[in-house]
Amino acid sequence: MFDGRVLLKQVILLFWPLISTWVQGAEKIDSCQLQVLEMLSSLGSAGGKSAKPSFVSYVTPEEIKSEKEPSRKEKHPDLLPGEVVFCSASTVLKYTQDDLSQRGVFGVLLCTNFRVSFVSDEEPTEEMVRTLFKNKLYGENDIPLSCVDNIYGDKRKLITGGLVKNKYPSKMIIHCKDLRVFQFSLSFSKEEDAKKIFQGIVHHCLEPKSLRCLFAFSYCENTSPNRKCVGGLFTKLLRKKQTVMFDSVEDWTQDMKRTKGNCRVVSENSNFELSPKLPQYFIVPKNVSDEDLTKYQGKGLPMWCWSHHSGCALFKTASIPLVQEDNVCCRMLTAVAHNHLYSVKTEDLSDTLPTVQDILLSYNKFKQFFLIDNTTEFWMSDMKWFSSLDNCGWLDIIRQCLQKAVEVVESLEKENTNVLIMEEGGSDLCCVVSSLVQLMLDPYYRTLLGFQSLVQKEWVAGGHAFLDRSNHLHLKDKVESQSPVFLLFLECVWQLQQQHGPAFQFSETYLTVLSDSVHVPVFTTFLFNNDGHRDSLLRAESPHTQRSPLNCPTVWDWSVQFDCKAQDLFTNPLYTEKPKQDTSVRKSYRPRHLRQLSLPSSAFKTPPKKGFFKDEADNLKKILGVKRLSRWMLSPSSDSPQTSSSVREFYEAWQTKPLDYHGLLLPCLDGPSIRVWMQRYLRWIHDVQILGGGPVAMLSKVSEILGEVQELQRQLDRHGCTLTSNHKGARPRAKTAAAVIAARSSVRLSSSFPFVTSRNWAFKPAIPTSLLQSLMVTGMPGNLADREDDGGPESLV
Amino acid sequence: LHYAPIATISYWLPSKTNASRESLKMEPLADCSLLPGEERIIDKDIIYICPFSGALKGKVFITNYRLYFKSADADPAVTLDVPLGAIGRVEKMGGASSRGENSYGLDITCKDMRNLRFALKQEGHSRRDIFDILFKYAFPLSHGLLLFAYLSQEKFEENGWSVYKPMEEFRRQGLPNDKWRVTFINANYELCDTYPTILVVPFKATEEDLRKVCTFRSRGRIPVLSWIHRENQAVICRCSQPLVGMSGKRNKDDERYLDLIREANGTAKLTIYDARPSVNAVANKATGGGYEGDDAYQNAELVFLDIHNIHVMRESLKKLKDIVYPNVEESHWLSSLESTHWLEHIKLVISGAIQVADKISGGNSVVVHCSDGWDRTAQLTSLAMLMLDSHYRTLRGFQVLLEKEWIGFGHKFANRIGHGDKNHADQDRSPIFVQFIDCVWQMTKQFPTAFEFNERLLVTILDHLFSCRFGTFLFNCERARDTNELRSKTVSLWSLVNSDLSFYQNPFYTPESNRVLYPVASMRHLELWVTYYIRWNPRIRQQQQSPVEQRYIELLALRDEYLKKLEELQLSDSSPNSSHLSNSSTPNAASPTQHITHLHTPF
Repeated sequence: MFDGRVLLKQVILLFWPLISTWVQGAEKIDSCQLQVLEMLSSLGSAGGKSAKPSFVSYVTPEEIKSEKEPSRKEKHPDLLPGEVVFCSASTVLKYTQDDLSQRGVFGVLLCTNFRVSFVSDEEPTEEMVRTLFKNKLYGENDIPLSCVDNIYGDKRKLITGGLVKNKYPSKMIIHCKDLRVFQFSLSFSKEEDAKKIFQGIVHHCLEPKSLRCLFAFSYCENTSPNRKCVGGLFTKLLRKKQTVMFDSVEDWTQDMKRTKGNCRVVSENSNFELSPKLPQYFIVPKNVSDEDLTKYQGKGLPMWCWSHHSGCALFKTASIPLVQEDNVCCRMLTAVAHNHLYSVKTEDLSDTLPTVQDILLSYNKFKQFFLIDNTTEFWMSDMKWFSSLDNCGWLDIIRQCLQKAVEVVESLEKENTNVLIMEEGGSDLCCVVSSLVQLMLDPYYRTLLGFQSLVQKEWVAGGHAFLDRSNHLHLKDKVESQSPVFLLFLECVWQLQQQHGPAFQFSETYLTVLSDSVHVPVFTTFLFNNDGHRDSLLRAESPHTQRSPLNCPTVWDWSVQFDCKAQDLFTNPLYTEKPKQDTSVRKSYRPRHLRQLSLPSSAFKTPPKKGFFKDEADNLKKILGVKRLSRWMLSPSSDSPQTSSSVREFYEAWQTKPLDYHGLLLPCLDGPSIRVWMQRYLRWIHDVQILGGGPVAMLSKVSEILGEVQELQRQLDRHGCTLTSNHKGARPRAKTAAAVIAARSSVRLSSSFPFVTSRNWAFKPAIPTSLLQSLMVTGMPGNLADREDDGGPESLV
Repeated sequence: LHYAPIATISYWLPSKTNASRESLKMEPLADCSLLPGEERIIDKDIIYICPFSGALKGKVFITNYRLYFKSADADPAVTLDVPLGAIGRVEKMGGASSRGENSYGLDITCKDMRNLRFALKQEGHSRRDIFDILFKYAFPLSHGLLLFAYLSQEKFEENGWSVYKPMEEFRRQGLPNDKWRVTFINANYELCDTYPTILVVPFKATEEDLRKVCTFRSRGRIPVLSWIHRENQAVICRCSQPLVGMSGKRNKDDERYLDLIREANGTAKLTIYDARPSVNAVANKATGGGYEGDDAYQNAELVFLDIHNIHVMRESLKKLKDIVYPNVEESHWLSSLESTHWLEHIKLVISGAIQVADKISGGNSVVVHCSDGWDRTAQLTSLAMLMLDSHYRTLRGFQVLLEKEWIGFGHKFANRIGHGDKNHADQDRSPIFVQFIDCVWQMTKQFPTAFEFNERLLVTILDHLFSCRFGTFLFNCERARDTNELRSKTVSLWSLVNSDLSFYQNPFYTPESNRVLYPVASMRHLELWVTYYIRWNPRIRQQQQSPVEQRYIELLALRDEYLKKLEELQLSDSSPNSSHLSNSSTPNAASPTQHITHLHTPF
C-alpha cells in the first residue's frame, strides 16, 4: 500500500536545505532542530494518519503556505451559539509546558467574544478525541476571556490594557484563573496578524467593558434552554429533585420549615421596593417591625440563615454605619434574642477575619506557586515550598474562617444561643462563615443538591457581589473590590471534605470544576452582584422585553458543560446515604440531639472561659459608639488564647465521640491538617503528576466495586429479593461512573485525573534539577554536617 | 483487664482497651497480661503528668519488657504501654526540696517520639527504687543483663527466620548466570566481617581479585551485587568508599573490578552514585577515604547525591520532635516544619533512589556507596529495588528486602538504635532506618494500590525496631548474630507478622509485576507522616482504617454476599420452593476476613 509517510519523507528531504537554513537563522536553533529531527523520527514510527499534519505543524510557514491555505478556513474551534471570531493569526507556536527544550506545536490563535483559542495544525490523535472529561464549552487549548488572569510579554513584562500601540511581543504568556499557563510565540506569524491577535487579546481580556458584552448575553439569545441529557446518574440526581434556587417565597418557607425555624418570611421586596440590594425574598426574626424593614436599605436587618434543632438560629447582617444614632441596633438584637431563649451572641467578622483585600493579596501570592512557566523554576521553588506557603498566609486565612465557623457552631450546638454575625456589606465573610456553619451542622447541605441550594441561599440570593469580586469587566474603579471570596469558601469546603471524605455526596472534582466555572461567563449564577442587579439586567436584555426575562443557564445545569459520563465524576463513591432515611427530615435530627455534646467529666478541665463573644452589653456599646480599632492582624497568635482553647476543647470533646458522617462535623485545625488543594492547584504541572498513583487510584477501585454491587442489586431486584442494605436505591445508576473509570483504567490514571489525561507521558521520572544548591544545613553543633558518619573515637577500627 | 500489645491495637486506639487476638495467648496476671517470658518487677502508685490531660493518679507496673501505667480515676482510663526498649534516657526530675506540685519525679525520653514524666511523693526517697529498676531493665546490656528477646518464650505459627534465604532470593533474580557468580569466600566472615556470608560478584573476578579489592575498600566492603534487572541485566552493586586518601592512591584491582561490573551487561559507562555531598566526599580523603576519580576510573561517571550524614539526620529528627511533641507547633507550622529539614532529607534520599532506578531501567549498571556503605547506601539500594521490583512490594518480599539490604549487609542497628544501652548521647545513634521507612511510607502514599502491605506494618516495624521483643533488628551484622546465636534463641518479628498477615494487608493492592514506580520527589507531594510522628497526640484522629479502606471492604463484603444470594436464588429458581428467599439476612458488612476472597463477577 502506498503510504503517506513515504511521500512525506521525500518532501522533507526535498525541502531539507531550506529547512536547515531557516533553522540556522532562527533563534532557538536547538529546539527547532530537535523538532525537525523528532518529526523525522516520528515519521518512521507513527501511524500514517497523523503524519501529514505533524509535517505541517513543525515546518516553517514559507514552505507550507500553498499547501495550507485551503485548510485554513477549517481551523476554527467549533463555535458556540452566539460566538463570533474577532481576529486570528496562523502559524503561532504554542510551547509545550513540560520542559525547557522550547518545543511546541504550530496552530492558529483566535480571539472570539467568548475565548482565546488555539487550534493546533495537528489532527487530534485518537487518544485526545477519547478524552473523557471534556468541557463542552471550551477545550484544553481554549481560555474563556474572563478566565484570563494576566498576560506577559517578552522578558515576563506584565501587559496592562491600553499601553500597547503598534507593538507586540514575540512571546506571549497567558496565566489563567484556573491556573493553566500558555506560552505562545508570535514570531513565526505574519506581522500584521500577530499585531492584530495580540492587541485583540489584550483588548478583550484586559480592557474595561460593559456587562452586556459578556458572552452570556449573546449565548443565551442564541440557545434554547432545557437541553436534556439522558441516562447519567448525576443528571438523574439533579432531575429527581431540583436545586432550590431561593427565588420564591416557597423556597424560603420550605427551608425554614425543614429546619423548624420560627421566623418571618419577607416578600415586600419582591419588586425590589425596599432596596435593590436586599434579596427578593428573605427571612427575619418575628419581632422585626414593618417600619424597621425600610430603614437603611436593609443594613442592620438580621437575615435568617439557619435554625438549629434546639430552636436557636444563625442570622447575618450588614452592619449599620456608625453615624446612625438610632436604637435600631438594640431593637434588632432584641428581635434576634426573642427568637429563642432571649440569648444572643454577636460577632463582627470585620474585626476578627481578614478583609477582602487581605484575601486578595494573600491569594495573589499563593497562586504564583502554581503558575509555573518552566521546570527549572518549579524545582527552584520546591526548596522553599513550605515556608513560602506559610508566608503567603492563604492556608492561615482558610484556617481562620474554619475556626470562626467552629466558634459559631459551638454557640449554636453547645450553648443553644442565637448568633448574629455581621460585617460591613454582610455578603462576603458572612456568606463564608454562615455556609460553613451549615455544612458542619446540617448533613443535608453535604449532599449535592443541598450544597447547590446552600450556595443559592447564602451566596446568590444572599447577595454576594460575584461580579465585583471577580471583576470580569475589568473596570478600573472595581479593581479594589476584586477578591476571591467564593474560592476561599470552596477551599474551606475542600478542607472539610478531605478530612471527612465519606460525609460528602460530591467529589473533589466537583469542587474543582465549580471553582473553574466562576470564570466561564455563561452562567447567571456568577454574573451579578445581587438579585436586583440580575433581575434588572436580564429583563433589560431580553429580546422580548415585555414578556419573560432572558433565560440564561445557571451553573447547576451541568449538562451545559459536561456530558453525563463526565458528570458522574462529580459524585463521591465514599458517600452513603443515611441508613433508614425517613421521609420526615425532622426525625433525622433526633438521634443527634441525643448525643448532643457535653464535656467529659474530669479529664478535660480548663480555666473558666469567657468565650470569644463579648457579652451582649459590650457589643451594643461597641456597635453604637466605639470605633473599630484593630482589624485583622497577620499573626494567628493575635487570636485571644481563650478563643482557641475554647474551640480546641469543643473539638476534643466532639472527637472523643464516635464519628457520625451524618451528624455534626468539625474540622481539625492543627497545622498538619490544613493542606493544599492538590487537585486544583497541581493538576497542570507535569513534573508533579504521579503516574499511576494518587488518591484516584484508590477511589477508582471503590467506584468499580460500587458499580458491581449495584449491578448485583439490580439482578437481585429482578429476582424479587428485598434488600435491607442502604445501598439500595440510593444511587441507582452509579454503575456508569464506575464503568467509566474502569474503562479508563486500561489507560493509566495519574494524580491529576480527570483533568489531564495520559497523553505525552514521558516514562521518565522527574528528577529535581536544583538539588545541588539544595540543603544548607546550618546551626549544627560542632560541625556535625562535615563529620564522618562513624566519626566517634571508637569507630576507627 | 486485657490490654493490647503494642504491635496491634494500642497504636490505633491508644486509649482504648480491647481484647486483642494476641492477649488471648498470654497468661493473665493481676491487672495486665504479660508476654510469655515477661516478669513483673515492681508496682508503684505514681502520678503521670500527661501533656494532654494533665496530672493523672494511677499505678505503674514495670516488667522486664515494659512500663505499663493505668490511671485510677480518669474516665476513660488513660493507659501507657511502653516497651522498655523504646526508652532512651531516664532522668530524675527535681530534688527532695524542690517546690511546686508534682515537681519531684522521673523524666523519661523515648526513642519513639515521646517523653514521659512521672511525679512521686517527695518524702522518703520514694523514687529511688523505681528509678534504679527502670535504669537497670531499660538498659540491660549496660548492667550485664540479657535483652528481652533472649528471655521471651513467645511461640508463633510461623517461623519468621525462614523468610529470607539468600540463595533462594538470588535464584529468584535469575542468579547465578554466566556473568555473575555466587561466592562463599566470606563464609567465615574473613573477607569482610560486616558482610553476609553469601555474595554475588562478577563471574570473571577470582577469589584472589576479591581479596585485593578488599584492601582498597573501607572496612573491606567490596562492591557486590544487590539486584539485577531481568531483561537488560543492569545491576545495582553496593560497597563502601575507596581508600584513596590524601595522596590520591589508585588501585588497579579495584579499577579493573569495577570495569568487570560495567562489562557484565556490555554498557559503555558505569555510574557510581556517591550518596554523600561532594564536600564530604572530599573531606573524607583526610581520613583515608575518598571517591573514585575520573582519571582512575575512565569508564565510570561519578554522581554525588548530596545526602547528609547520620549526625545531620539525628539532629533533624530531634528538631522535628520539638515541634510535634507534646503539642504541634501552632504558629507558622509549615515554616517550622521546613526548618527541621526532615522532609528535605527525605526528598534527597528518594530522588537519589529515583536516579538509581532510572539508570537501571535505562540499562546501565550502577555502584552505590557512601562512606561505609551501611547507612545511606542501604537506603538508596533498597528504595531503588522497591521502585524496580514489584516482588519487594509484597508483604513477604518487603521482609526479604529488609533482611537482605539492611540486616544482611550490616546496617549497624545496635549502634544506631542503642538497644539496651544507657549511653543516650552516643554519637553513633541515628534514625537512618526510621528515615528509610518514612520514604517507603511516602511511596505507599503516592501509590496506594502498589503495595501489598499497609501502614500498620510500617508502624509495627518501627515499634519493634526499638522494643527488643524480637531478634530481627538486634546487633550490627550477621557475624555478631551468629556469635550470639540470635536465630536459635530469639523470635523473629516476621513470626508475629506472618502469623497474622491479613492484619497487615492493603485491600487496594493490585499486583502489577513489571511496573517501575517513580514517586514524585517534590515537596509538594511529600508530607509529614502524621500517624507515626504525631500519633501520641489525641487530637490526631487515629483510625483503625482509613474511611476509604473501610468503605472498600464494606463493598467487597456486600458484593460477596450478593453474589452468594444470587447463586442461591438461581439454584432455587430451578427448584420448586423459592418463596422464603425474599427474606434476606442483614449484611454483615465489615467482616474483615471477607476481603481476601476473589473478585470476578460471573456476569
